Amino acid sequence: MIFFQYFVNGLILGGLYACIAAGFSLVWGVLNIINILHGSFIVFGAFIAILSYNYLGIHPFLSVISAGLILGALGYVTQLGVINRVVTQSVLVTLILTFGLELMMNNAMLIAFTADYRKVILERSLGVLEAGGVFIPMDRAAATVIAFLLILGLWLLMRMTSIGRAIVAVRFDREAAQLMGVDVARTYAITFALGGALAGAAGALISVSFPISPLSGPLFLSKAFVICILGGVGSVPGAALGGLIFGMVESFGAVFFGSEYALTLAFIVLIILLLIRPHGLLGVKGY
Amino acid sequence: MTKSQFALVVIGAAIILALPMVGGNYTLRLCTIMLMYATLAMAWNFIGGFAGYPSFGIAAFFGLGAYAGAVVQARGVPVVAAWAFAAVVGSVFAYVLGLILLRLRGHAFAIATLVIAEVLREITNGLTDLTGGGMGLNLPFFGWGPDALIRFFFYAMFALAAITLAATYLVAHSRLGFGLHCIKQNEDAADIVGINTTLYKIIAFTLSGGFAAAAGALYASWTGYIEPADVYDVLFSIKPILMVLIGGMGTVLGPCLGAVVFLVLDEIVWRNFLQLHTGILGLLIVILILFLPAGVLSFDWRMLFKKKVSAT
Repeated sequence: MIFFQYFVNGLILGGLYACIAAGFSLVWGVLNIINILHGSFIVFGAFIAILSYNYLGIHPFLSVISAGLILGALGYVTQLGVINRVVTQSVLVTLILTFGLELMMNNAMLIAFTADYRKVILERSLGVLEAGGVFIPMDRAAATVIAFLLILGLWLLMRMTSIGRAIVAVRFDREAAQLMGVDVARTYAITFALGGALAGAAGALISVSFPISPLSGPLFLSKAFVICILGGVGSVPGAALGGLIFGMVESFGAVFFGSEYALTLAFIVLIILLLIRPHGLLGVKGY
Repeated sequence: MTKSQFALVVIGAAIILALPMVGGNYTLRLCTIMLMYATLAMAWNFIGGFAGYPSFGIAAFFGLGAYAGAVVQARGVPVVAAWAFAAVVGSVFAYVLGLILLRLRGHAFAIATLVIAEVLREITNGLTDLTGGGMGLNLPFFGWGPDALIRFFFYAMFALAAITLAATYLVAHSRLGFGLHCIKQNEDAADIVGINTTLYKIIAFTLSGGFAAAAGALYASWTGYIEPADVYDVLFSIKPILMVLIGGMGTVLGPCLGAVVFLVLDEIVWRNFLQLHTGILGLLIVILILFLPAGVLSFDWRMLFKKKVSAT
C-alpha cells in the first residue's frame, strides 16, 4: 500500500514538473536557446498568485491565467527586444545573455519580494481524500490536472493553429519557413512568450503546494534541464513523460537514497541517458 | 606572441610585483582576487577558448579544489602540499569526467557541465563528517598579521597565475594548441585529418580542471572558511567566461586582460550599488553580449545605432 502512496506522490509531483519543463523544452527546441530565465519566470508566476490571493482573494487556480498572460507578455518583449539580436549565435553567447537577464530579474525580485519562503495557504482547502489507505491531497491533485490540461492545450496549439504550425515549421527549417512567408522574428517571440506563459502558470500552480522564494529559481531550472533531456528536447509529449518519470524518480529515490541526493540521482540518470539515447526518450533525431 | 606582447607581459608582471612596496592591503587584496580570476579565466580558455567547448564547469572544479585542499589541510598537511594535492584531485576528476562528457556537444555539454557544480554541492552537503556539510569548514589559522598574510597569498596567487600563463603559452604554440584550434573550427574534419580529437579535448579539459582546482585551494586557505554555497557558486563559472569574452577567445593574453577590465568594472559597481550589485552585473553582461560579442577590442560606436535583428 505504501508503494501506491509513493506512486500517487510521484504522479502529483510529475504533473507540476511536466508543466515546468514544457515551456523550457519548447524554447530550447525551437529557438535553440537554453533559457536560464525560466526559473525566475516560475518564481514570478508563483508570486503573482501569492500576492493575488493575499491582497485580492483570488484563488491561485484563477491566477494561472493572469500569471500566464503577464509572463507571456514579458517573454514576448524580452525575446523581441533583446534575445532576437543574438538568437543565431552559439550556445555560449545565448546562455550567458539569458544568465545576465536572470541576474537582473532575480535581483529585482529579491528587492521586491525579499528572500523569505512563502506559499498560498488556502482558507477553503479541498482537503485530503483517503482511498484504500492512500492519501490524496486534493488541492495538489487539482493543480496536477490543470498542469496536464495546459500541456494538452499547448500540444493542440502546436497541431491545430496556424501559429503553432509556423512554430513547428521554423523549428524544422528556419530559412525554408522564411521563404514560405513566416515572420521568423515574430514566431520566435511568440514561442518565447508561450514558454514564459507556461512557466508563469506552473509557478501559480506550485504556489499552493510548495513554499517558494526568489532563491528557488535555480532549483526549478536544474529540474527543467533534466526533464527536458529525459523526454527529448522540443517535444511536448516528451516533457509530459519526462516530468512524470522525474516525479517518480524523486518520490521513490527519496525512499531509497534520502531526499538530499535527489538531484545527484537525477543527474546520474541523465548522464546515462545522454550517453545511450542522446535525443531523449521521445526526441526525434535531427529534424 | 609578438615582441610587443612579450614586453607587455614583462611590464605587467613588474608592476604587479612592485605593488606590495607601494600599495595598501586593500589594493593587494583586489590584485590577489584579480590574479585568481585571471587564473580561472585562463583555465576556462583551455577548453572554452582553444577547443570551443562551452564549458560551465569552472565552479565545480574550483569548489572541488577548495574542499580537497581544505580537508587535507585541516588534517595537518602543509599548505603548499595541500594546494598541489587539490590540483591533482581536480585534474583527475576532470580527466574522468572528460572521458564521459566530452562525447557530448553544444547544448548537452553546456548543461551537463553546468549541473556538475550543483551535484558536487549536494554531495559536499551530504558528507558532513568530511566537509562539515552546510556548516562549512574552518581551516587552520596561520597566526600571522594581516600584512604578512595578504603578502603571502598575493605572491602565491601571482605564482599560480604565472604558471597558468606559461602553460597557456606552451599550449598555444604546440601541436596541442593547433589541434584544439582545428577542433574548434570543425571537429569532424579535424578527426579525418588525423588529429586524436578525444585525447586533445580530454587534455584541455584536464588542464582546465587542474588549474581551477588549484585556484580554489588557494582561495580556501586564504579566506580560512569555506561553505558549499560559496565555493560552488555558479558565478565562478560565468565570470571567467565573461573575462575571456572581453579579452578575446583562444588567445594567450586575452583572459588576463579580460580579468583586469572585468574586475575594475565589478569593483566600481560593488562599491557604489551594494543592493543592486547582481542586477547591474547582469546588465553589464547583457550589454557586453549585445554590443561587444568579439571582445572590447571590437567595439564600434555605429553598432549602437544600427537596427539589426539577426533572426530575420
